[in-house]
Amino acid sequence: MQLTVWTYEGPPHVGAMRIATAMEGVHYVLHAPQGDTYADLLFTMIERRDKRPPVTYTTFEARDLGKDTAELFQSTLIAAYERFLPQAVLVGSSCTAELIQDDPGGLAQAANLPVPVVPLELPSYQRKENWGAAETFYQLVRAMAGGQVSQSQNSDAAHSPLPAGISPTRGENGLFETPGTPFSPLAGEMSPEATEGGALAQASQSQTRRRPRCNILGPTALGFRHRDDVAEIRKLLGEIGVDVAVVAPLGATPGDLARLGEADFNVVLYPEIAGVAAKWLKRQFGQEFTTVVPIGVGATREFVAEVCRLAGIAAPEFAPEKPQSNLPWFSRSVDSNYLTGKRVFVFGDATHALAAARVATEEFGFTLCGLGTYTRELARDVRTAAKEYGVEPLISDDYLEVEAAIAEAQPELVLGTQMERHIAKRLGIGCAVISAPVHVQDYPARYSPQMGFEGANVLWDSWVHPLVMGLEEHLLGMFREDFEFNDEAVPSHLGSGARTAPEPAEGIQVADCEAPAGVGWGVDAEAELRKIPFFVRGKARRNTEKYAAERGLAEITVETLYDAKAHFSR
Amino acid sequence: MSPSLDPLGAALQSPPVPAPGCSQAPVLRERGQREVFCGLTGIVWLHRKIQDAFFLVVGSRTCAHLMQSAAGVMIFAEPRFATAVMEERDLAGLADANEELDAAVTKLLERRPDIKMLFLVGSCPSEVIKLDLSRASERLSRQYAPDVRILSYSGSGIETTFTQGEDNCLAALVPTLPQAEGDEPNLLVIGALADVVEDQFARLFDALGMENVRFLPPRRSRDLPPVGPSTRFLLAQPFLGETARALEERGAQRIAAPFPLGAEGTTLWLKAAADAFGVDPMRIRSATAAPEARAKRALEPYRAELDGKRLFFFPDSQLEIPLARMLSRELGMELTEVGTPYLHRQHLSEELPLLPAETALSEGQDVDRQLDRARAIRPDIAVCGLGLANPLEAEGMTTKWSIELLFTPIQGYEQAADLAALFARPLDRRTRLRI
Repeated sequence: MQLTVWTYEGPPHVGAMRIATAMEGVHYVLHAPQGDTYADLLFTMIERRDKRPPVTYTTFEARDLGKDTAELFQSTLIAAYERFLPQAVLVGSSCTAELIQDDPGGLAQAANLPVPVVPLELPSYQRKENWGAAETFYQLVRAMAGGQVSQSQNSDAAHSPLPAGISPTRGENGLFETPGTPFSPLAGEMSPEATEGGALAQASQSQTRRRPRCNILGPTALGFRHRDDVAEIRKLLGEIGVDVAVVAPLGATPGDLARLGEADFNVVLYPEIAGVAAKWLKRQFGQEFTTVVPIGVGATREFVAEVCRLAGIAAPEFAPEKPQSNLPWFSRSVDSNYLTGKRVFVFGDATHALAAARVATEEFGFTLCGLGTYTRELARDVRTAAKEYGVEPLISDDYLEVEAAIAEAQPELVLGTQMERHIAKRLGIGCAVISAPVHVQDYPARYSPQMGFEGANVLWDSWVHPLVMGLEEHLLGMFREDFEFNDEAVPSHLGSGARTAPEPAEGIQVADCEAPAGVGWGVDAEAELRKIPFFVRGKARRNTEKYAAERGLAEITVETLYDAKAHFSR
Repeated sequence: MSPSLDPLGAALQSPPVPAPGCSQAPVLRERGQREVFCGLTGIVWLHRKIQDAFFLVVGSRTCAHLMQSAAGVMIFAEPRFATAVMEERDLAGLADANEELDAAVTKLLERRPDIKMLFLVGSCPSEVIKLDLSRASERLSRQYAPDVRILSYSGSGIETTFTQGEDNCLAALVPTLPQAEGDEPNLLVIGALADVVEDQFARLFDALGMENVRFLPPRRSRDLPPVGPSTRFLLAQPFLGETARALEERGAQRIAAPFPLGAEGTTLWLKAAADAFGVDPMRIRSATAAPEARAKRALEPYRAELDGKRLFFFPDSQLEIPLARMLSRELGMELTEVGTPYLHRQHLSEELPLLPAETALSEGQDVDRQLDRARAIRPDIAVCGLGLANPLEAEGMTTKWSIELLFTPIQGYEQAADLAALFARPLDRRTRLRI
């Protein structure tokens, strides 16, 4: 048993729900006890969806256990099919149903439904949400793209590729000069029926040459900023002359999945979700897939280069008079000087943590003092990256371990999940959210991608915001005793973020961050320490104690404090 | 209506009710998908009520995920609940589940030395594999006595619906209550109430001259009220079947009363207790008249807004029938279907006669069919859980999400108008928004 205060991921069947809810025409029949319908409100409340998730639960109770729960599953399945008439059905068990072993897959086969049925084997006591989503998507792709769905069952299977270049939320806006692409980003945007002679143009287009075409894989329901990431990347692809065939699972039907093989290559936005499916599509259809996740300016440029290579088109020229993102200039402007070397701790899913580590160091000029992930599937990548940054990798889904690591590292900023917001609040450290799990405020109404060039703008604003501003920081360092503007006060531009712990090291009971035994602070030294601005005070305390312990000093004096400062500033 | 059911008679000035109300009304009993919470959710308010208690769910990752999803924004505070998540090795018999549980409890009590009472809460997985938590709690109690008292109950979805978790928790407390000495009558008020409501009721009982009144659950685990054959108990919540049974086993007797929702309900509830303790009717009148009149005055503006509005209850907490009674009798709302997860006939015996006879009652749920009925009826307000609320709003229906009724002080005179406001607000909002 694992003592769990907060859990970073839900059970794997929630991952399966994220796939079913993201798609159209898929229904999920879940063998689960009464009460597991709580998961519906993740979608209706946190993501604020306006429809019930396409999930029917058997909601068995204790009195059903004495009877035939298998029969209950089968009758629920048939009733759900008849009511919702989906194009494909997912069947599976939640953790409790896994224990009673009714075999939903076999029962569904026996029910002989006239549509494809995909049985899910999701081991609830070993695996978690993202794994469940990846496995479900993979099984669906295998079942559909493998050719199980006939053309006749899916009238929409033959429709033309979804247009790229214009996002549903943003107007088109050419950032690139795209040499050698005769079609504007608007190509394919209008339906053939809408324009006179459109059908003819469409036909001749396919006869002559068509733009390269990709699928976008990975966005789901309840994904962190998936909605806007897709819009941003579609726009970007359109501008460099690449069409989008299918976006999946978000918004796709089983019929769309059947068309996955028609694209030239795949764009994998979220490897945690779509990595397995992309590898299968490569084996099956020879489709290459992208490996760079376009979060941050540098990564987005590399992503563009990778896409152009896969699409066999010339990489676009960057038009200097049209800067793609504001981040580079904002970061170079002198106002940002004080950000240099700020100590930042990064934790989240592997994709977002790795991207944030790169952006924080290369684009913000921060110093990384911790890097970790709860995604065990991609632990190796995070370990490698941590080694390059010279920090200890933290691979854990234990909230208490993460809390201890942050307390130990004493960062000035935490980039993490909803859970790290709890920790940061407790420790009195500024925090920005970079990864799921997140709460309702991180499904915002406004356009707020993390990916692409606009995503970099969003990152800039949201990561700098929790920090005390430059002048404020200087004044706090100079005048310690201002009655309304001191380090106990809430940063003046923030309603939230009040420090609840008087002093980080004291506010938390973590055995290994106590002062080393035998080293005590003199009264003067303690007073001098308090003159150091709060966001670096914890680090100064730790360094001084370390310095004193290494030299066997019994008491820390003002001299020791400055000796340690000189020692560590080298 | 018999005089005993309306002891204040015309003084209440409530609309006349057809003779038997809903006492003998047919109840639609449905089986199918139930869109309800499991009993674990009760922890979300119980852990704040009993301030030195900790709730350790023994379950799966799903249980932990439910707890943090249901706890919503409160998750920024250090919670007094956690989950011991069972893993593959616990199920495969590779690890002795009891040893694993002991280790989790030890780790927990080291982190939270301030905890005086620990509830081991059973879940669906722990029930299905038949992990004996009552034996575990006895074993651990011996180990940690006298510093920490360790109890167990089930909050599993297969056995409990939403508020029944509180019922099981309180029922687990009952055997630990001290024995009441002597034969002087004492009153126990049962059910977790907001602190402010509890204080108001304590003052009212004081004004009634009833001195020996205690509340269960207490705010501190060391402050357990005594119980014995001299004890009479009054339920403040309608979902406490098991707790009532446990109290009766210890010789206590229940006082039948409607529940203290609204001006009328609160008076009837207080009067039932006062009558049982032989309080002079004049004294009852003088203690309740002023606050009752104040509550009615406060309700008036809401009556103007809610009168004639048609109401539909999806099942959730068992509060539906008392709420429907209050909303129909005191605010003039029209009841269509009133659904409840479980209908306890005996405990609702004073409520059912007060419901309009034409009310359609349903027990249990088949959510898709119930949604069909709601869509056909198109009520002015549908009371439902968060899984249904936004989808129904998107269909153009006004909803009131039901969980709020457990998280808001709604009982007693001073909260009668707040309760009405909870139902008026979604309608008010709908008329304000011009987009």
